[in-house]
Amino acid sequence: MNAPSNIAFSGGFKNVPVASSHAFRAAMVAMARPGQVQDISGAQAPGPLSDAAATLLMTLCDPETSIYLAADVDTPELRDWLTFHTGAPFVEAGQADFAVGGWDALMPLHQFKIGTAEYPDRSATLIVERAELSNAGATLRGPGIKDTAQFDLPDVGVLQGNAALFPLGVDFFFTSGTRVAALPRSTQLSMEG
Amino acid sequence: MNDYNFAYLDEQTKRMIRRAILKGLAVPGYQVPFASREMPMPYGWGTGGVQVSAATLTPEDTLKVIDQGADDTTNAVSIRKFFERTAGVATTEETEQASVIQTRHRIPEADLTEDQILVYQVPIPEPLRFLEPRETETRKMHSLEEYGLMHVKLYEDISQHGAIATSYAYPVMVQDRYVMDPSPIPKFDNPKMEMAAIQLFGAGREQRIYAVPPYTKVVSLDFEDYPFEASKADHPCDLCGAEDSYLDEVILDDAGNRMFVCSDTDYCRSRRAAGHVGRLGTEDAA
Repeated sequence: MNAPSNIAFSGGFKNVPVASSHAFRAAMVAMARPGQVQDISGAQAPGPLSDAAATLLMTLCDPETSIYLAADVDTPELRDWLTFHTGAPFVEAGQADFAVGGWDALMPLHQFKIGTAEYPDRSATLIVERAELSNAGATLRGPGIKDTAQFDLPDVGVLQGNAALFPLGVDFFFTSGTRVAALPRSTQLSMEG
Repeated sequence: MNDYNFAYLDEQTKRMIRRAILKGLAVPGYQVPFASREMPMPYGWGTGGVQVSAATLTPEDTLKVIDQGADDTTNAVSIRKFFERTAGVATTEETEQASVIQTRHRIPEADLTEDQILVYQVPIPEPLRFLEPRETETRKMHSLEEYGLMHVKLYEDISQHGAIATSYAYPVMVQDRYVMDPSPIPKFDNPKMEMAAIQLFGAGREQRIYAVPPYTKVVSLDFEDYPFEASKADHPCDLCGAEDSYLDEVILDDAGNRMFVCSDTDYCRSRRAAGHVGRLGTEDAA
């Protein structure tokens, strides 16, 4: 195997404790307020991955977490970059703690861990790359949302199925450029106005 | 402070705690296990809350720490100094100025905003623990939503005392799914848990993290004929005259004299500064 090119070593956090604290705050507020878009940046991965997705992986992954790269983002350069910066092992979808990619490439959803009845936290977190994040579309209700919120989702039917599994299910981050929003399994979805 | 990594904990530990916080927010009220670390303070002094705060703080945050509502007690002072030294963050005693508030056993009287994060120190995270000592069993009870035992406990309160005598750590149902221990806050504070701020709970010795996102439905358990009541001492504060705040009783002498004062020191101070005077207060006290 060839030595990784220099691109694997660049694009990391400038000041790791500070950059990761900012990135985590954005991720936490996103997860606590479903559908609300936050700014997140600090890491740049090679290839098509957005800065937001790269920053999330850098903030949350390490040798204790496994990553599944969907086919549309699975390049040798990205694998080298993630290995150098996080040390996280790459696995099949069914074992993954974190999965990254476009919506279509990540499907079917049922292949991911949804946790167990006694440990619903042992479930996958999906980082879904989107062309843009828009506060128009499906109506969101539930924890973290005052009354209702609007957010553009890739497939409301599939996501309603995931929410119906609560307290089991997977949790989502949606990323685009340097922006992130989240959809935890606890959010109820509908398509009405 | 350069001798420490930002906010004391190493980055891998923070990532582990951060992942637990995210899963906790995704499943409100569910206790996420985490690998709690030894902290430079004894268990029971807020090691869980400190680890959650350490994983949550950014350098721009302003931290407030309260112990039973007070900013000036040993536990609050030592944790505030700990983060001043290891994270270099600004600290405050004013609720409105704080972006992160770590608390032991109180929720501030002032309404918290969407820009604030409340971190609770939790001694025993499992609300069913004193009813069922086995972790394997309580986990099964949570998974099956089998909470009859908790209602039996509240019922026994009524049969023995004529009312639900549980006055602190009063169990709540979170978003119609998980029964949760709100930490030993007085039941007076329970209704405040449906708030705009993010609430995070850390239990260091018991190695659990859980969370309540903003505007989550939090219902105190009760019965139709014995509804939940958020009770407090039936007095106004003797220093600031507040009638809506939770009060501490202070014994003044051997003759049975006593006074009631706000447990939230910042709330009391700001009211006195605004000119409110209670029974034993003086005009220049603030």
